[in-house]
Amino acid sequence: MRVDIRRSTVIGAPVEAVWAVLRDFNGHDAWHPAVSTSAIENGEASDQVGCVRNFRLKDGSRVREQLLYLSDAKRGFGYCILEAQARLRNYVASVRLRPVTSDDSCLMEWRASFEPPSQERLRLERFVREEIIETGFAGLRRALTAGGSAERTNRASVPARTGAATEGVEIAITRYGGPEVLVPRRASIRAPGYGEVRLLQTAVGVNFIDVYCRRGTFDLVSPGGVLGMEAAGVVESVGLGVGNVRKGDRVAYACAPPGAYASMRTMRADLLVRLPETISDETAAALLLKGLSAGFLLHDVAYVRAGETILVHAAAGGVGRIISRWAKALGATVIGATSSDTKAEEAKRAGCDHVVVTSREDFAKAVLNLTSGRGVDVVFDAVGKDTFERSVECLAARGRLISFGQASGDIGAHSIDRLAHRSATVSRPNYVHYTDTPEKMILQSGRLFDALRSGAVVAERPRAYPLANAAAAHADLEARRTTGSLILIP
Amino acid sequence: MAKTYSSAVIPAEATAVWAVVRDFNALPQWTPFVAESRIEQNKASDQIGCVRSFRLKDGGRIREQLLSLSDYEMSFEYSILESPMGVENYLATFRLIPITDSDQTFAEWTAEFDAAPDREDGLVDSIGRNVFAAGLAALKARFNR
Repeated sequence: MRVDIRRSTVIGAPVEAVWAVLRDFNGHDAWHPAVSTSAIENGEASDQVGCVRNFRLKDGSRVREQLLYLSDAKRGFGYCILEAQARLRNYVASVRLRPVTSDDSCLMEWRASFEPPSQERLRLERFVREEIIETGFAGLRRALTAGGSAERTNRASVPARTGAATEGVEIAITRYGGPEVLVPRRASIRAPGYGEVRLLQTAVGVNFIDVYCRRGTFDLVSPGGVLGMEAAGVVESVGLGVGNVRKGDRVAYACAPPGAYASMRTMRADLLVRLPETISDETAAALLLKGLSAGFLLHDVAYVRAGETILVHAAAGGVGRIISRWAKALGATVIGATSSDTKAEEAKRAGCDHVVVTSREDFAKAVLNLTSGRGVDVVFDAVGKDTFERSVECLAARGRLISFGQASGDIGAHSIDRLAHRSATVSRPNYVHYTDTPEKMILQSGRLFDALRSGAVVAERPRAYPLANAAAAHADLEARRTTGSLILIP
Repeated sequence: MAKTYSSAVIPAEATAVWAVVRDFNALPQWTPFVAESRIEQNKASDQIGCVRSFRLKDGGRIREQLLSLSDYEMSFEYSILESPMGVENYLATFRLIPITDSDQTFAEWTAEFDAAPDREDGLVDSIGRNVFAAGLAALKARFNR
């Protein structure tokens, strides 16, 4: 038996603005909460009747749907399912908008009909009604009215990609190699498309991962590509389907893909964070990647609690200093490990209760001495090869070793049997998995900004280089001629 | 050909609104501009083809013929047979759509017609505003009480 589901709602935005968003058959990943990524097959246009959108749901399953009709006159379209995991046999659906002329909003109707197996009828009816349609209504409403401003919805009525490209400057790598391969070039920065914004960048963060990319150690950037994972700036223009930021917002990001070494950049909007008044662009560009890292390592990986004792390797380094001070603020006793006395001073200034200088003493022995043989609850280790074995040795019973980098080289293969001596846990977290959705980014950045306000994290003045002198910044970073963060100013 | 369109959200369930507007002879009961109405030839007001003859409060007389009525779609269509407005080929549609997430009703009223070119814009405005929008506003007010 065929079931027919009809749902409708009033969307508080002009019909033209809503249609501009809905009309893109491939744009549902920007507003439907269940859709993760979507593409039109065979490179067809998304308003080509007969085109197929092939998309992935947040639960990982894949769906293929075909556009059956599209009408700009009626502001509606119809489609059917070609393939889906759910048993939605012979599923056809239609969406239509009608203006509410009395108050400049619009009615959105969504109908679906299909032939469920009889024993699954109720479950599938509810699934379509709630998970597809009602969730879609809510997501679209959020996408259109985020920020609650009429200005936003009006802008959404401007068709995508009508804006002109703008001239900018970016730093590309001519090939893999030393700092000399960083070369400025003029670039055409295209207008933002669906779900994208164009940023006028005011400060760009320099991180050691950029050096790895430049050398080709990580293959995130191909020769001819642009380096850089983090920057701050102002939203210069906004594409369709962008709900989290508006034109003129001060924002920052710290995420893949690389491409931050530029005066302007067009990129996805959903991982941008809006900057509070109190945080400067320079601070954000210098701090975001390291600060977010320290934040999730402390809170979501190690779960550091008041009263615990922790060991931070490279405690004078960028992330090490932030972890040390923040852990102290959380009520932990912090032992720092550094390679030199000069760095030991830095680590003490960052809040370490004790500092072990690894060039003079065995850090594992020193830690056991400092803890009366008990060991530490958590070790934060980004040094890797040189420290891993001994880090395990200085864990207390049920201690956690957080290995988040390998500055001294690959850690290599280890038996987990030794962990049993202390019921130890080893984590190897990856930044991406803690920051790859807008929800996670809001959580992590909110926590970092709160910590900045409370003083648990202190923004240090970064050393600034002109964008065109990125090569000099890299040379200084690699020669370890600098302490603290480096930024590039476009 | 000219076209005019008005719509509104009525704060009542669709079945309640439909019960009011479904009667083709009920314009005096729910619009502010009709003085009296009758169905010609003693036909029922939901018989397709019936003609309502009504007098506006400003004195003009209009005859309109019911062309379709659907309880399933909650809509009806009608044409103008005679009016003082100077319109030809006038076809109007009235439709209700339930708003399923709020127990309210979307109502739309639309017409297409031909008129002398210099009068078209004025008619679009006067029918859209003085008739349709005013009628919908009255319907809204009726259920707002």
